[in-house]
Amino acid sequence: MSLLSIENLQTFFYDKNNITKAVDGLTVHVNSGEIVALVGESGSGKSVSALSVLRLVPPPGKIIGGNILYKDKNLLHLSKKEMQAVRGKEIGLVLQEPLSALNPLFKAGEQIAEVMRHHFKWPRKKARVETMLLMEKVRLEDVERIYNAYPHELSGGQRQRVLIAAALAARPNLLIADEPTTALDTTIQKQILELLKNLQNEFHLSLLLITHDLGVVAEIADRVYVMSSGKVVESAPTNELFQNPQHPCTMALIEAMPSMPQGQKLPSPASEPLLHSLSKK
Amino acid sequence: MISPFSSTSARIGVIMFILILATILVGGLLVPDPNLQNRPADTRLQGPSFSHPFGTDQLGRDVLARILSGGRLSLSISISVVVLALVIGIFYGAVSAALGGLWDQIMMRIVDMLLSFPLIFLAVTCMALFGAGISYLIIVLALTSWMDIARLVRAEVLSLKSRTFVLRAKASGLGAWRTLFRHIVPQVFATVSVFALLRMADIILIESSLSFIGLGVQPPQASWGSILNDGWPVLAHAWWLSFFPGLAIVLSIFSLHLISTSVKPPLEVHA
Repeated sequence: MSLLSIENLQTFFYDKNNITKAVDGLTVHVNSGEIVALVGESGSGKSVSALSVLRLVPPPGKIIGGNILYKDKNLLHLSKKEMQAVRGKEIGLVLQEPLSALNPLFKAGEQIAEVMRHHFKWPRKKARVETMLLMEKVRLEDVERIYNAYPHELSGGQRQRVLIAAALAARPNLLIADEPTTALDTTIQKQILELLKNLQNEFHLSLLLITHDLGVVAEIADRVYVMSSGKVVESAPTNELFQNPQHPCTMALIEAMPSMPQGQKLPSPASEPLLHSLSKK
Repeated sequence: MISPFSSTSARIGVIMFILILATILVGGLLVPDPNLQNRPADTRLQGPSFSHPFGTDQLGRDVLARILSGGRLSLSISISVVVLALVIGIFYGAVSAALGGLWDQIMMRIVDMLLSFPLIFLAVTCMALFGAGISYLIIVLALTSWMDIARLVRAEVLSLKSRTFVLRAKASGLGAWRTLFRHIVPQVFATVSVFALLRMADIILIESSLSFIGLGVQPPQASWGSILNDGWPVLAHAWWLSFFPGLAIVLSIFSLHLISTSVKPPLEVHA
């Protein structure tokens, strides 16, 4: 059964004298418990699609056509109030660039707790306890310290985990992750992807993963939609897509993936140095 | 966060201002009643002496005592004005930026209109129309000095509106107003606080000017401006009556400028 169906979505940006058709006739389905990737090059309309689902397209952008069905409700017909109850509570959003997505003036933990307090009307104390539990679930260590740290005091990976926790704080059924690994270095990327996959299992989430990186797709997605100039040009289960790409855009994306030169072997991974164990000396 | 008092000039400014505040608050308790008049003719308009360090005025009142109690009045007026102006300015500017579009245009044109009146004349006109008095003075000064703050806040909020963390706040279900006042407005405090210090210096000056021309604080209460007003007719033979309140005004404004010019960089948020 489809949890989210985007049908024929059109989101246009209106300038004084021209129209930019960022999303033009997009159709995407996400089933319960599925990890679906929306792949495309920069400017293909991926991020605008994500924002359209939450109806947060910044002006002068406007959703002018199509349907967005979530649990058989058309999100485009909801009132402002009803839509606010969907954001965070039904559909969570993880953004790229974890530093700028966190408010620099608030402690990291408070930004997670705020979402809980807003949706569940929990008192401060309960939200704090639940936040710490959730922080452990996103594999943050030293939870107490990170709760009280400001975003600029955290590492990139920690920030992204905090953001994921904030997106999950009100227990949504669907998580939209917009380039969740783009701003991170490769080892952290892998950890975050593993985390997302684990959380998807643990929280029975559906995941709509937006990325330009087919490596990410190969890692965790069940199905893939390839997007180009505002519409889907190819969709297939992940294995099929890699074995038998149909559309030139898909081929170009596959070709652009970095790969190891033939015959070379990776050295065995050295154990990571632990930063805090070094600095404590 | 780095201490805002890390630069030397800021430190000097802070120390000066604290000294001024302490002198006014503590010193006010140690000196005689500012309105105590020594009737005998030989105690009037006396130069600085041991019993009257800053001399006496035409009515034989101790100038030091009057400057201290006047300072308390001048500073509390300027602080109240700045706080009121901040509340109005931040709210107006933030709402204008948040509404955007036509509303923003209308609200900002109103600000432009109000700003085109010179502040001091606007204040004089209001005081002349509605009468003098401390509460009027505070209200009139606050109502005429929030516009710059509103403009500044609007500009900041407009640029903050498109920041990613604001999008995230909305995406997690917070309403537009809650996002505005919880996530956006606190970001402008650093900029606005610098501005508020400068504004406070301006207000001390304007209040003194208004009191000097007789539209501010009314006798027998003293403010720095009204002591100056007492002093200027006798400037030729009683310099102390004008010099000391003038010095108090200059020092307090100078200290505020020192703080505000150097407080800004360290207060800027690391984003």
